Amino acid sequence: MEFERPLEELEQKLASLKRVDVSEQPELAAEIGELEAEIGRLHQTLYTALTPWERVQISRHPERPKTDDYIEALFTDVIELHGDRLFRDDEAMFAGLATLDGRRVAVLGHRKGKNTNENIRRNFGSPHPEGFRKAERLMHLADRFGLPIVSFLDTAGAYPGIEAEDRGQALAIAECLAALSQVRVPVVVVGIGEGGSGGALAIGFGDRLIMLENAYYSVISPEMCATILHKDARRASETSACLQLTAQDLLRLGLADEVVCEPLGGAHRDPAATFASVRGAIGRTLGELSPIAPDALVEARYSRLRAIGAYAGE
Amino acid sequence: MPISDWFKAREQRRYTTPTAVPTADVPDGVWVRCEGCKRTLYMGDLERSEMVCPSCGKHHDITAPERLAMLLDEGSFVEADAGMRSTDPLDFTSGKAYVDQIAAAEERTGLNEGFISGTAAIGGHAVVVGAMDFRFIGASMGSVVGEKITRAFERALQLRTPLVLVTASGGARMQEGMLSLMQMAKTSAAAARLAEARVPYIAILTNPTMGGVTASFATLADVLIAEPGALIGFAGPRVVEQTIRKTLPKGFQSAEALLANGMIDMVVDRRELAATVGSLLAYLGSGDE
Repeated sequence: MEFERPLEELEQKLASLKRVDVSEQPELAAEIGELEAEIGRLHQTLYTALTPWERVQISRHPERPKTDDYIEALFTDVIELHGDRLFRDDEAMFAGLATLDGRRVAVLGHRKGKNTNENIRRNFGSPHPEGFRKAERLMHLADRFGLPIVSFLDTAGAYPGIEAEDRGQALAIAECLAALSQVRVPVVVVGIGEGGSGGALAIGFGDRLIMLENAYYSVISPEMCATILHKDARRASETSACLQLTAQDLLRLGLADEVVCEPLGGAHRDPAATFASVRGAIGRTLGELSPIAPDALVEARYSRLRAIGAYAGE
Repeated sequence: MPISDWFKAREQRRYTTPTAVPTADVPDGVWVRCEGCKRTLYMGDLERSEMVCPSCGKHHDITAPERLAMLLDEGSFVEADAGMRSTDPLDFTSGKAYVDQIAAAEERTGLNEGFISGTAAIGGHAVVVGAMDFRFIGASMGSVVGEKITRAFERALQLRTPLVLVTASGGARMQEGMLSLMQMAKTSAAAARLAEARVPYIAILTNPTMGGVTASFATLADVLIAEPGALIGFAGPRVVEQTIRKTLPKGFQSAEALLANGMIDMVVDRRELAATVGSLLAYLGSGDE
């Protein structure tokens, strides 16, 4: 990532110094020590005061843990369910049943790939209508069998293609929103990376919203916003600050309930630690929600949505 | 059509055929050019046909007050939530400052926001009704539009009266960030409650209905009607074009294409809308047993 470049240069220098046999050149030992201290300081300054745009970049880091990684690390007895029963199975959307520390749940998640091949099959995590219809199917299934829903957000957005439009992208998303508002089971949403607009929202609201420290959630991508306002996608840094899309912004706006801290530099620097934190947050939240009666849960979810918005006058 | 009507139609066609557009001593707005067939039309004729070109049938965009006047029984409309106005919750200053945009839109349209709603009658049927006004920042859905739409759903539920909404919108309002995106969930949740209570909801999708509005309450109606030629979709055509790097097929995202794809129930000429909605309401009633 662009803003990490000075750090990278130092790390490369350190690596090359370490390849030299220190016993032959003892004066290098001091230099290595200094360099290590410098890197530590830079780590602190770089990552403790991240700008919104830098967080967006971290959220898109290719090595950042993805839905698949969370499913593998957090759940046991995972059964994936496929297809929308109408057109095809959309690999950009995960739907399945899984167990989290003894608790049976239904799991949804946008699915980015680990490599180019996987990303092509999964359309880089941008679902088509059939992906949303599969998700909606799982929502109804979870509702019927009393399984809480855990949903992982990580998409740049719903795919804007000809076929996606022809097959009713907008209608598929709308149906998800209606279904999610009515399911009589707890819905816990976890923003793990990108939260791109309607494609994220389709599986992205519920009874609680947990955001990872460097995840974002936005009405529009910063680049698209910059293109519309300034005809220049390079001003995304400016628009990402204006849009108030970071986890911290969402917490302040009352839209997120909890921000899960990431290891310094981002979740990819220590995935195991990230998984442990997320597992704890989801478990605690499910524990809070599970005693609530279904009617009260649906009513509270509606009140929660009902309270969102700022306006003047009656 | 009877022969006499056919002659009338022909006459009308001849009448709207332009010779030369007088400019010097005719006040502005008396003659207008049809955006469809490019013919010059007498404004009075265009207005009489509800801003549909008598020659080619092109449906010109209209304002929310015009829409309500055309659709509703005369004198039946009582406005609700009229005083609600947008604030600038995010202090959004990138590009033209949001507060200035709101002020300019208020000034230009004489409206407080991009959505007008209330109670009225269509063909003698009591309805809760609302219409979006594209002139007001593209009738994009921010907190106020989302709240007013949600209240319209709740009013229909409370009165057990059918809801008729006329949409035209660029989508969610980006200047209110996530507060706007969440209006999609809020309005959809309200729509789901109305559906659960079996109170009918008819949506009329007009040019253009895009993004977060199409992807939420607008398409959750019991019956989906669109006006001829209306652009309806999720992603804007330019975004799609840039993504796939291909020219879009003719008629892409048009009301007619959506009808062919099975996404909407019917395409209805504006001049037939009130009658069509009235007939539908006679079937769907209030849902009361």
